[in-house]
Amino acid sequence: MSEAVLEVENLRVDFRQPGQLVRAVDGLTYSVDRAQTVAVIGESGSGKTVSSRAIMGLLPPTARVTGSIRFDDVEMVGLPEKVMREHRGRGVAMVFQDPTRSLNPTMRIGAQIREAIQTHGEVSRAAARDRAIELLELVRLPAARERLEQYPHQLSGGMRQRVMIAIALAAEPKLLIADEATTALDVTTQAQIMELLRDLQQRLGMALIMISHDLGLAASFADEVVVMYAGRAVERAPTRKLFAHVRMPYTRALLDAIPRLENASHTRLAAVPGQPPNLALRELGCPFTPRCPNATDHCAEHEPAFEEHEPDHLWACWHPCSDEARL
Amino acid sequence: MSTDGPLLDVHHLVQEFEVRAQGGVRSGVVQAVSDISFALEKGETLGLVGETGSGKSTLARAILQAPRPKAGEVLFEGVDLVKLKGRDLLRARRQMQMVFQDPFGSLDPKWSVARIVEEPLIAFRTGARPERRRRVTEVLDRVGLDPERYGDRRPRSLSGGQAQRVAIARALALDPALIIYDEAVSSLDVLIRAQVLNLLERLRSELSLTYLFIAHDLALVKQVSDRVAVMYLGKLVEIGPAESLYREPLHPYTVALLASIPNPDPAAPRAPVAKTIRGEPPSPIDPPSGCRFRTRCPRAQDVCAAVEPPLRRLADRHYAACHFPVAVDAPAPEASAQEVARAQSGVVAPAAGRTPHQLGN
Repeated sequence: MSEAVLEVENLRVDFRQPGQLVRAVDGLTYSVDRAQTVAVIGESGSGKTVSSRAIMGLLPPTARVTGSIRFDDVEMVGLPEKVMREHRGRGVAMVFQDPTRSLNPTMRIGAQIREAIQTHGEVSRAAARDRAIELLELVRLPAARERLEQYPHQLSGGMRQRVMIAIALAAEPKLLIADEATTALDVTTQAQIMELLRDLQQRLGMALIMISHDLGLAASFADEVVVMYAGRAVERAPTRKLFAHVRMPYTRALLDAIPRLENASHTRLAAVPGQPPNLALRELGCPFTPRCPNATDHCAEHEPAFEEHEPDHLWACWHPCSDEARL
Repeated sequence: MSTDGPLLDVHHLVQEFEVRAQGGVRSGVVQAVSDISFALEKGETLGLVGETGSGKSTLARAILQAPRPKAGEVLFEGVDLVKLKGRDLLRARRQMQMVFQDPFGSLDPKWSVARIVEEPLIAFRTGARPERRRRVTEVLDRVGLDPERYGDRRPRSLSGGQAQRVAIARALALDPALIIYDEAVSSLDVLIRAQVLNLLERLRSELSLTYLFIAHDLALVKQVSDRVAVMYLGKLVEIGPAESLYREPLHPYTVALLASIPNPDPAAPRAPVAKTIRGEPPSPIDPPSGCRFRTRCPRAQDVCAAVEPPLRRLADRHYAACHFPVAVDAPAPEASAQEVARAQSGVVAPAAGRTPHQLGN
């Protein structure tokens, strides 16, 4: 088969809540190849984070996961938790938005990285220490040796995120999931961390999934983009193709709502009205209908299928945008 | 009160905080705002950008006298707020409102939307109850929230965008002249953010408001600002008309900030950010000597460590504090060899040519 490290097919995540069922992810399909970066883009509640947690097996027991998640050609959905964890622990790592909460504040940096190294194999203390220094140098943390003795609060936000990446890399993962990994950081730090991730990925041949709300970030760093809305994938294409030929009006709306440096001051942003739908009230039709400038009565009744309409370009829309369209 | 001067005129504003180590021993002073001067004209929007720890929020609070600045003047309609006390200060403060990043954190969860918006009117004893109620309806309408539908709701039942509209309505209730937005749209989702930004623009023109718009996102700031000021580690490093600052940034830090913005066009050429900036900001407790950006600056030379560059005018209404500004062929730094030697030997050189008093006039 292909070089796919991860294949997600028809992934569905339901949360049972008192008196209602919330379908957070609804039929998501995509795959990530070795050394490829896929950006999963969406707003709060789009299902992007829940889908990545499903891949990591980090969802609470109230979640019901169906569909298929194949990692390294092994089906994860339905595997006993322990087997799944072992398989995944060797191959998938994740970096979260808030490094402060992911690090143990009472443990020295060195000990935390060593712990990660030793969980993944029999390594002597001295060898683990050497490897820890190596990892910190890999993520370009200045004065790596001295950092081992420091505590998380002695580092800046950007440095803590570098430490988290070092810990993630300790497992030598085939796939790294960065979940809004740079969102909490300052702009210059964000750019530095993104450049670091891209370098590491190319050097180590890792697959990378970037979960983000920022289409701009996807444009700069991803090979392929999946846009999610209301738990569904609504458009997917190689990055350049997607940005040059936006088809789904939701993607168009996201793109047009980003303030651009080229805009003159005090220009109006194209803003669609309304808010994302409540996922507990599943309605017929395309979920973007009430906010969509292209919507017709048909859209409210019939849900469009997410299909390949042009080579490598998939979307779910009855009235896709033309190349010239702007909102 | 003068009426033709700037609405807000800040002179040499300084704010510092003591840091205490264990046992309350004084261990250092955070120089959060260091000698900042700027003016804000009526009806103008000044964007204020900078990263975490740059002092932009501290500057906003020092303007509002909460807490009082360590030194400097804050002239609001010609009156120095620093010298005002008690009731006089309160009366002036009425004219200035602030909207914060986290709407839920700034709205009392137990109160209804109408009560929240009415609160400043009650606090300032403005009008009788029916009058206040009318005002609440009016401002809720203005921010696009149907008073009938939202007046009785609690903050918890609102979305982030709706809650931020409530915070904006509350800021409008007293009919202020100046509104300070501190990262007010930063945590909103892209589509909601665009709606709120458009709302702010509409309010500004309808009500002739003056804005100080604080954010870390330069593209966002450009969208709403007439002029933009850039802060780094407590210092104003560049200020100028939005168009010229973005077209020809003068300070290397502004260049780095601009290079860091992810471009939503994948076909656009990308210069690696690593070429424009190194490392992370140093501690504001012990900022670098001379130019505070020099430790991360690709253009830094010896003089940058020795002599603090003054904010100087390099283009029309466009000022930067840099010995080696980027876009213009600026004359070489004025520091003499003696000055450099003196500074390096530990004697601090007097900062050449202080900040011009009124920038942007």
